Amino acid sequence: MLSPELGHYALALACVLAAVQGIIPLIGASRRDVRLMALAPGLAIGQMIALGVSFLSLVYAAVTDDFSVQNIAENSAVSKPLLYKITGVWGNHEGSILLWALILGLCGAAVAAFGRNLPSALRARVIAVLGLVATGFELFCLTTSDPFARVWPAPMDGQGMNPLLQDPGLAFHPPILYTGYVGFAVPFAFAIAALIEGRVDAAWGRWVRPWAVAAWCFLTCGIAMGSWWSYYVLGWGGYWFWDPVENASLIPWLTGTALIHSAIVVEKREALKIWTVLLAIGTFSFSLSGTFLVRSGILNSVHAFANDPARGVFILGLLGVVIGGSLALFAYRAPTLTAGGLFAPVSREGALVLNNILLCSLCAVVLTGTMYPPFMSLLFDRTISVGKPFFDATTIPLALPLFIFMGFGPMLPWKRAQLWPVLQKLWLAAIVAAVACAVAVFTLSGVLPILCAAAALWIIAASLTDIAERTRLFRTSFATSIQRARMLPRAIVGTAIAHAGVGITVLGLAAMSQAQHKIVEVPIGTTEQLAGYEWTLKAVEDEPGPNYTAMAATLEVRRHGRLITVMHPSKRSFNSQNQTTTDVAIHTNLLADLYGVLGDKHGSDSSPTYVLRLHYNPLAPWMWLGALIMAFGGALSLSDRRMRVGAPQRARTSPATTSVS
Amino acid sequence: MTRKTRRLWLVIACVACLGTAAALILRAFSSDIVFFVTPSQVEASPPPADRTVKLGGMVVAGSVKREKHGETPVATFAVTDGQAAVTVHYEGILPDLFREGQSVVAIGTVQPTHDFAASEVLAKHDETYMPKEVAEALKKSGKWDPRFGPPPSAASWNTMTVQDAGKNLSAPTAAPN
Repeated sequence: MLSPELGHYALALACVLAAVQGIIPLIGASRRDVRLMALAPGLAIGQMIALGVSFLSLVYAAVTDDFSVQNIAENSAVSKPLLYKITGVWGNHEGSILLWALILGLCGAAVAAFGRNLPSALRARVIAVLGLVATGFELFCLTTSDPFARVWPAPMDGQGMNPLLQDPGLAFHPPILYTGYVGFAVPFAFAIAALIEGRVDAAWGRWVRPWAVAAWCFLTCGIAMGSWWSYYVLGWGGYWFWDPVENASLIPWLTGTALIHSAIVVEKREALKIWTVLLAIGTFSFSLSGTFLVRSGILNSVHAFANDPARGVFILGLLGVVIGGSLALFAYRAPTLTAGGLFAPVSREGALVLNNILLCSLCAVVLTGTMYPPFMSLLFDRTISVGKPFFDATTIPLALPLFIFMGFGPMLPWKRAQLWPVLQKLWLAAIVAAVACAVAVFTLSGVLPILCAAAALWIIAASLTDIAERTRLFRTSFATSIQRARMLPRAIVGTAIAHAGVGITVLGLAAMSQAQHKIVEVPIGTTEQLAGYEWTLKAVEDEPGPNYTAMAATLEVRRHGRLITVMHPSKRSFNSQNQTTTDVAIHTNLLADLYGVLGDKHGSDSSPTYVLRLHYNPLAPWMWLGALIMAFGGALSLSDRRMRVGAPQRARTSPATTSVS
Repeated sequence: MTRKTRRLWLVIACVACLGTAAALILRAFSSDIVFFVTPSQVEASPPPADRTVKLGGMVVAGSVKREKHGETPVATFAVTDGQAAVTVHYEGILPDLFREGQSVVAIGTVQPTHDFAASEVLAKHDETYMPKEVAEALKKSGKWDPRFGPPPSAASWNTMTVQDAGKNLSAPTAAPN
């Protein structure tokens, strides 16, 4: 049966398989030995199965309350609900590293399974690079953070999980976020394989892009889920803290977004090849560093549940080898890559280059803001912090031009374009943006929110215009337009949807800058006014829970006397950890969130007063809805038949050009 | 369009964007950075009243007072690093993990009266965890050496002097403030 020892053995087996997977196919590819190369897919699938057994063993130990396993004893308890016993497996350091390794194993197996149309040498090398990365992570898992370590004598009951983690949002947030992080290992492996091979061409771009887009979709969802979790669990009314841990996920998202755009240029025009390779390396390096930031105590933050600097040394070494090694290889091999097609500054390629430059500038800004405080304290012994005012003042001015160019970039033709005809097509979008700007001037306060709201509507309107133009909507019969819409490549529809998703998110962000809140301490029966709503505290009662006791309030919200909703914010105290958490009540009508938090009880028992915090958050759900739409757009473009069938073929002869782009 | 002119355009675009980014960062660094101060620094040289700072230290035991101004709850408490104590006023809900005698970080401005008006009070998720800045400040003020065990309770800190730290916690000398 599944026992911790079996899990431990399977993990060690996976590590050995990964090492073999990392070495043999590389040798095979360099010697053109077909038999050695053919080992790669089998090894990758074997490694994944071993990791699966290992992970299932840990889940089994958690579900059966095997407290002789130290990890389970420290993080689980008999009284914990079954769902959180399972999800608690990755709620701690050891388990999350094992999950990371498992997802990396799945990526390797996916390349083995879906990469049948790749040239055998390229496939062998990609799988080998994934194997090498996996070896590092599995060694880390085995040597410094063994999830299967036993403890003797075994305690009767575990210590329980941090109650904040006992939430469905956080239960599924890590796997999705990790799939996003780890997914960028595949483009990374493609980049390294291409550097070893010394060849990047259009076919390479076409192979890499689906993997990058898939990882990007997961990362987008993961970040949105994390933000949503902090919104409704932490109960502070905000959605993004500009915390180092959050930034650590935003940075690879920015470079990953640049990557999926620059890979298009490689695929269509064979330009920007070296840059795309560098972006693939950079994105995965930032993903790895993101894990490192979270898992070591270097950047302490509200998220750092599992701080252990000792492990940091191992990850630092791993980072040094992976990032340093790949950049050294890049420096050594990149000059041998051939240059690609020419294009004018005003063209689709030019717009995509601009997109890359702006996204990388944004990434540089976020990186500076995140790394500056630790550097200051390390070098100059000064403690400072960089928060929302800094990031607002630096990122929004850089994001605004990006939003504007996003509008007409997809409508520019390749190679050489005229700006004016494209802008003429966008007159309606421009009018929409101008009207939005005028409306925003009267409804929003602050220059940046107004500009953001206008830019958001510009993006949405321009994306719709793009589709309308391509289907010749209103210019031919409606049936013809429908017919044309059916024939549109899904990648184009996906682009428009994803861009509109950005607009929706930005609109939500702009509106959220106008959120109102109020903190009051009132006896039962009091009515408060906020944002045109009447909030009445009706009652406060004690409610027992499975492993906590709660104090729950009944809050009636009326508008002009008409009942809108009854909310039940509560405050839970967990017996096992002597910890309290607040349970936020949120009522949404998709245009605004009513958000209530119950605070402490004061006053005497006969006439108690309660602290209430009430928020009115306009368009708050749009921020996460937009992110979901972005991910949906990405998924839709993944389903484009050009990405699935018609296995891209390499040009017979390598294009011989003189210099390097 | 030759390769050279294209490269020129690229360089111009890169320089323009990264230059703008650098300018924005520098401008924000001069106005939007939040410095960490200890109570003794506030006492010695208070930052200007319009400058947002982070104040960190231990909540003095027995100093927490909750009042109501109209319907708004106001919490008043003292934060100490062992050498000086600063009174903090905060309108709002104190975080779940806020405890007397435990570390806390308050974000706000120093009033002309040397009182601290907090717009935000942070206590960390983990109750055994002390914010890095607070631990540093306490070590610097000579009140706590982590090698000799957990920090003493905040009640004793406010009445200690540097010489007492780690030696004679039972017989505190006169309070410095």
